[in-house]
Amino acid sequence: MISLLLILVPLVAAALAAAWSDSRTRPWLLPGAGLIHCVLAWWLFCNPPVVEAGAWLGFDPLARAVLPVVSLLFLVCACYGVTYLRIRSERPNRTFVAALLAVLGLLSAGHQARHLGLLWIFTEGVTLAAVPLLHFNGTPRAFEATWKYLLVGGTGIALSLLGSLCLGYASLYGGGDGQLTFVALMAQGGGLSRPWVLIAWVLLLVGYGTKMGLAPMHTWKPDAYGEAPAIVGAILAGGVTSVAFTALLRVRAVVGAAGSGAVADHTLMAIGLFSMLVAALFLLGTRDYKRMLAYSSVEHMGILTLGASLGRAGVAAALFHVWSNALTKGALFLSAGNIRRAAGSPSMDAVRGMSVLTPRSAAIFVTGMFAVTACPPFGPFFSEIKVLRAALESGHWVATAMFLGCLLLAFFGITRVVFGIVDGRPRHAAKAGSKRFVETAGVIVPPFFLLVLSLWLGLFTPHIVTDAWAAAVTQLFSY
Amino acid sequence: MNHAHLNLLIGLAMGLNLLALGTSRLPLLIRAMSAQGVILGVMPTLMERPDWRVLLVAAATIGGKGLFIPGMLRRAMRTVQIDRELEPLIGFVPSILLGAGGTIAALALTPLLPLLPEHANSLLVPGALATVLTGLILLIGRTKAISQACGYLILENGIYLFGLLLIQAMPLMVEAGVLLDLTVGVFILGIIVDRIQRAFDSLDTRKLTALHE
Repeated sequence: MISLLLILVPLVAAALAAAWSDSRTRPWLLPGAGLIHCVLAWWLFCNPPVVEAGAWLGFDPLARAVLPVVSLLFLVCACYGVTYLRIRSERPNRTFVAALLAVLGLLSAGHQARHLGLLWIFTEGVTLAAVPLLHFNGTPRAFEATWKYLLVGGTGIALSLLGSLCLGYASLYGGGDGQLTFVALMAQGGGLSRPWVLIAWVLLLVGYGTKMGLAPMHTWKPDAYGEAPAIVGAILAGGVTSVAFTALLRVRAVVGAAGSGAVADHTLMAIGLFSMLVAALFLLGTRDYKRMLAYSSVEHMGILTLGASLGRAGVAAALFHVWSNALTKGALFLSAGNIRRAAGSPSMDAVRGMSVLTPRSAAIFVTGMFAVTACPPFGPFFSEIKVLRAALESGHWVATAMFLGCLLLAFFGITRVVFGIVDGRPRHAAKAGSKRFVETAGVIVPPFFLLVLSLWLGLFTPHIVTDAWAAAVTQLFSY
Repeated sequence: MNHAHLNLLIGLAMGLNLLALGTSRLPLLIRAMSAQGVILGVMPTLMERPDWRVLLVAAATIGGKGLFIPGMLRRAMRTVQIDRELEPLIGFVPSILLGAGGTIAALALTPLLPLLPEHANSLLVPGALATVLTGLILLIGRTKAISQACGYLILENGIYLFGLLLIQAMPLMVEAGVLLDLTVGVFILGIIVDRIQRAFDSLDTRKLTALHE
């Protein structure tokens, strides 16, 4: 019952936001709904409900292992959003607030979907609800980014529907009775028609991989993250991608139950390493620090996918990385948003000396950079070590070497951009900006808090959290 | 008996694919697409024992793909005052050849797939494959936003054809597919809204090149 509230509260708040007349007070709905959602999600996290095997929706171990961090990320971003929308009071925010809340509701539904068709419906919903968020700035560049997102993301979502239908046919051909919950599909296991399962796996990997932003289907990501407001980037990178990742994990479990787990793992590993490589190469070349964050996100999606291909230990490490990536990326996006606002340009050619102009945001940005490039003692360091260990223990030497090589290249690429904009003397144009950007608590505390959470997750990973990941792994490998 | 009727309709839909690939005139492209939508909408009623859920899918498909979306596209076309695709990335003749080759390949490959006996003599699977391919060619090979929206709708039609295999066993999956129409709706809304904002003039997606490395 409470798990349904996770979906309903944000959706009701979204409807309320659409009807709210005062645009000055409307943004407060974001932290309001976010707080209720966060309390409910963590209450369920600490008191996991019993989910019926045949239920279509439910707070099952996999949802429990991911949804709380998404909820936390949303709450922090929502607090930042109140200040952000006050600064941007010249833009209408009715659609923005409503769409952001709808995204939260549909994300919660997507994480809890235990039915193939339902999962697809919610992913499609999230994709469409995110469209107005990307178009918030209303510039031609924002329109271009939105169009590419729709075209690439729409094709991805269409292919994942085709994949879901193929998986349905695999079940029908194998004598299934039309039950499409993941539990029923896993129970059918070897009875599923193998050729159809493989076709379905390829289509679903491409489809949900597009949503995650795995290379070579990542092309929408740099544009969308580069043009969207910082909070949207943070929620897309930490929340929306995670729903596609858990979708892949659920499908991977069905493919494993059908006896084709090895094929699935090989493809996951190949596409994960390819994403890391592509991201690392683009990170060495990009000159725009918001697009840099997008390529970094492609890299981390590659790490998640690589982890998912490495059996039980790898999946547990990947779930850990979902948490550490969401928190760290959130801090980076929000502080980058501050820098972008103060500097007036997203390019490192036009921006420098931000440690003088926005000392606090620059400090968070630099610390976040060290965190995201897996420097100890932040969360990503520990989760990536776990992925590394899983790769070594399963004897994947080449993959391990590529993994480390890509991390090193990404480190070079990211430090190049970050120090390029933080160091040096500020340009005159930025100094003489008509309205100086003030680093109020409203824009500094949220990214700082996320960074502290990332540190806390790395140093003192609580037992209850590791237990939640382990329970999710047990659920996924129960065949 | 039903099989023969169904295959005839699928054959018609496959012919419309080639028409859509070969035309430079957007009104004709939209008409081909909406005719395909109506044909697809009629199909479920020809299948065995249509119950109310199947009829609902049929009505939603005819209304959405056959009437509403084409209407919106025509409106978008009037707003932006474009009725021709002049410089496609993949020419019209190569598009037709690709589409025809894809259709033949789909017919040749289908017998290799494991199909239930009741689907073995049906054109549903090759029709679906050929239509998905047509949609992808239009999405990649056309430069005008309206043509791309049509391409997306044809891709969707292919997925719907495949979904008809499952309409009796798992109707929910086919109903979910109707939601894809929403995506097209958002596409077209984007075109119209953007035109109102006058962000760019020609609606040529090749000009969307400000964002790159």
